[in-house]
Amino acid sequence: MSGHDHHDPGFIRKYVFSVDHKVIGIQYTVTSLLFLFLGFALMMIMRAQLAYPKADFSFLENIFGEAGFVGGTMLPEFYNQLGAMHGTIMVFLGVVPLAVGGFGNYVMPLQIGAPDMAFPKLNMASYWVYFTGGVVMICSFFVEGGAAQYGWTSYPPLANTQPHLIGQTMWLVGMVFLITSSLLGSVNFIVTIVQLRVKGLTFFRLPFFVWAQFITSFLLLLAFPPLEAAGVLQLMDRVAGTSFFMPDGLIISGSPAVNAGGGNPLLWQHLFWFLAHPEVYVLILPAMGIVGEIVANNTRKPLWGYRSLVYSVIFLGFMSFIVWAHHMFMTGMGQSMSIFFQTTTMIISIPSVIILTALILSLWGGSIRFNTPMLFALSFLPMFAIGGLTGLPLGLAASDIQLHDTYYVIGHFHFVVAPGTLMALFAGVYFWYPKVTGRMMNSALGKLHWIGTLVFLNGVFIPMFVQGMAGVSRRLYDQTHYEHGQAVQEWTIASSWSAWLLGIAQIPFILNFFMSFFAGKKVDQNPWKATTLEWAAPSPPPHGNFATEPEVYRGPYEYSVPGASDDYSPQFVK
Amino acid sequence: MSAPVIRYIDEPHPITGLTNGKLGLWLFLASEVMLFGALFSSYILLRVGADSWPDGWDVLNVPLATLNTVVLISSSVTMVMAWVGCRLNNLGKFRFYMSLTIALSLVFLVIKTIEYKPKFEHYEAFLADGALVKGYEGSESITGHLDENDLDKDYILFSPDAVQHGTSGDDEHSDHEKGGEGHAEQIRINRLDIDRLTNFGPKHSNFYGLYFTMTGLHGLHIVGGIAVNLYFLLFGTGMFRSNPAQFSNRIECAGLYWHFVDLVWIFLFPTIYLL
Ligand code: HEM
Ligand SMILES: [Cu+2]
Repeated sequence: MSGHDHHDPGFIRKYVFSVDHKVIGIQYTVTSLLFLFLGFALMMIMRAQLAYPKADFSFLENIFGEAGFVGGTMLPEFYNQLGAMHGTIMVFLGVVPLAVGGFGNYVMPLQIGAPDMAFPKLNMASYWVYFTGGVVMICSFFVEGGAAQYGWTSYPPLANTQPHLIGQTMWLVGMVFLITSSLLGSVNFIVTIVQLRVKGLTFFRLPFFVWAQFITSFLLLLAFPPLEAAGVLQLMDRVAGTSFFMPDGLIISGSPAVNAGGGNPLLWQHLFWFLAHPEVYVLILPAMGIVGEIVANNTRKPLWGYRSLVYSVIFLGFMSFIVWAHHMFMTGMGQSMSIFFQTTTMIISIPSVIILTALILSLWGGSIRFNTPMLFALSFLPMFAIGGLTGLPLGLAASDIQLHDTYYVIGHFHFVVAPGTLMALFAGVYFWYPKVTGRMMNSALGKLHWIGTLVFLNGVFIPMFVQGMAGVSRRLYDQTHYEHGQAVQEWTIASSWSAWLLGIAQIPFILNFFMSFFAGKKVDQNPWKATTLEWAAPSPPPHGNFATEPEVYRGPYEYSVPGASDDYSPQFVK
Repeated sequence: MSAPVIRYIDEPHPITGLTNGKLGLWLFLASEVMLFGALFSSYILLRVGADSWPDGWDVLNVPLATLNTVVLISSSVTMVMAWVGCRLNNLGKFRFYMSLTIALSLVFLVIKTIEYKPKFEHYEAFLADGALVKGYEGSESITGHLDENDLDKDYILFSPDAVQHGTSGDDEHSDHEKGGEGHAEQIRINRLDIDRLTNFGPKHSNFYGLYFTMTGLHGLHIVGGIAVNLYFLLFGTGMFRSNPAQFSNRIECAGLYWHFVDLVWIFLFPTIYLL
């Protein structure tokens, strides 16, 4: 493989419109970290409103315009914009692009020994389509009436009732871009994994991370198109005046709606959750993959039950397509439907538990290295456990009647996505940073970041379980209107303060991220003494990745093999 | 830039037996199946839940759609012939059949437009007393089309279909009957008597909404296919000469996509027009 005769391709081709999977991976990482930060900023404003409902927000009028405020206090319409866009940005522009577009793009081709993705130009296109979708979403804040304000789920008929507000229309257009982007990406990922594995790398020698990306790509490929269809239908409702989601006899603000009627609001929910349940596994599987890599590396032991991990992930992928209506127990869709989806939901928790158990058992008897990535990866395990266990009462229709649409649900899924997935993504940043830059991140700052993040994340989300069980609705913009809300208002305040402190706890990370780029300790190609293929390439890997094409001789996690001279036997060493 | 060498671009992978491009295309088609699958499911759900649903053959133009089916199937055949031209290394043959394919796809779109257009000019008024009046805008009407937003007058001029001539709600036939002569007399309808006034466009009812959305999305796929085929026709000659194997792979992939678009129509046609 020749990667040596470099003509300088010029700055633009090399760093902006690059076709190199590593540059694209970095573009995805940086963009999505910025979006995560934006989504977080929106949320900090929401937390201020929730903790101190009558506070003076006039400083925000300069950014978002005056329409959202009266005499400095925030209007519910504006609060709803923040909520809808926080969810949308975090899920579709933050976590998924970071986990798949960023880590997947950068690490996966290296781990299978490929020189690049199968379709480099498509890869570039997928980033720029994602970028465009993000720009559309951000711009929607500055149009008349502001951004989308009907929740990240955009339920009609509500989302259809104000067709003159273009915020929601832009949301739909933005989603079409994001869906297209992930479609291009997932095709590319699957083809790359199927076709470009290096000699000797059979499917059962793939690192767990690659397996996670593989199944994730199938979820993206097959679950997103129905949402695209739903988006098109809602766009027609808003723009062309159809009534796919508008039922007969709808009264809007006191007067009957002028449209054909006969539509079905539940149709949207079915189409939406058909995507959005698999989407939650898109959020969690790459995180599990990252944790798997880091746990094996830092316990210096093979992963416990590699094959059961793989089979569980495959099974999880299948099952995730037939549990969606557990989000709809309260819609009156009928008891037989509820029973079916409650049953599948209980079944899908089995592979989740197997994965978690295997990862925990992997720690047993290891001589654990407590470096920064490992600390983050270790805290993923109990956090994900809390998130998953709190899902069970939601998955049973009877107990969900009490909990649906309360803060309990918010607590549940944030425990999986924030203290869970986000911790794993941080772990991944610390773990692969030396590969990407050739330098280590500072370990003292890293540990400071870890402890702050762990403590305050719990501080943010544990109060939500209490609020939720007290019956506080997830959509309220001022819960002190209600007596049952006043009773738990201190919890809300505690949660808000944790959120702001969580923001402060990210400062060491931001400093570390930029400073280590110049001042971090230089490393060789395999600083963690790891076994998988990305560590066979130089740090950072050049265009084309490997000096000579590697070959694979063994499974992915052969640590502490009896009789071996080192405590790790890399896949790429004979 | 020395691009890294990526395997299996023009020779198939020994185990999967596929080139990267073809595998990618099959995956893409799988996602397309999910896209149209979701639309067909929505169709079923909305139709099952509807109080009334018109008969497709009664209100849509079946002869035109049948003609379009023939056109599209023929274009699939010529697409195969274009690919054969590649495999035989016969540039002339490739060009001839590729141009024919594109021409046929354009014919499809033209026929589609002819089919769409009258529906936007034909109106239906839902009156407050429950009566329905179908017809065309009155000739005195100076500005724009009939529309519920056109609120500057308190009445609208309407030339109803000659209801006494036929009892079916067939707007196509009335198109022909009307022939621009304005044979029916004009009536005035007080705005206050109208609950809803709409053309036979997407907003008329879920039937027309689905008809336009599904055939429209299919039409967009046709446009995409034309763009790709045009690209190969105009800019493909270089690769045809330098790397014929890869070129015919690409044409094969474009062809697979084209057959898929054809197949979607084969499902759409009976579902919307005949069932
Ligand atoms: C493994 C066990 C899990 C079970 C049994 C479970 C069950 C549920 C149920 C039944 C709901 C609907 C609650 C309601 O609206 O009343 C729900 C909501 C949710 N879950 Fe889970 N879940 C599990 C794991 C996960 C994971 C791994 C993720 C993501 C990474 C996740 C993300 C979400 C999200 C985002 C929502 C809320 C969506 C919304 O309404 O806005 N869940 N879960
Ligand atoms: Cu779910």
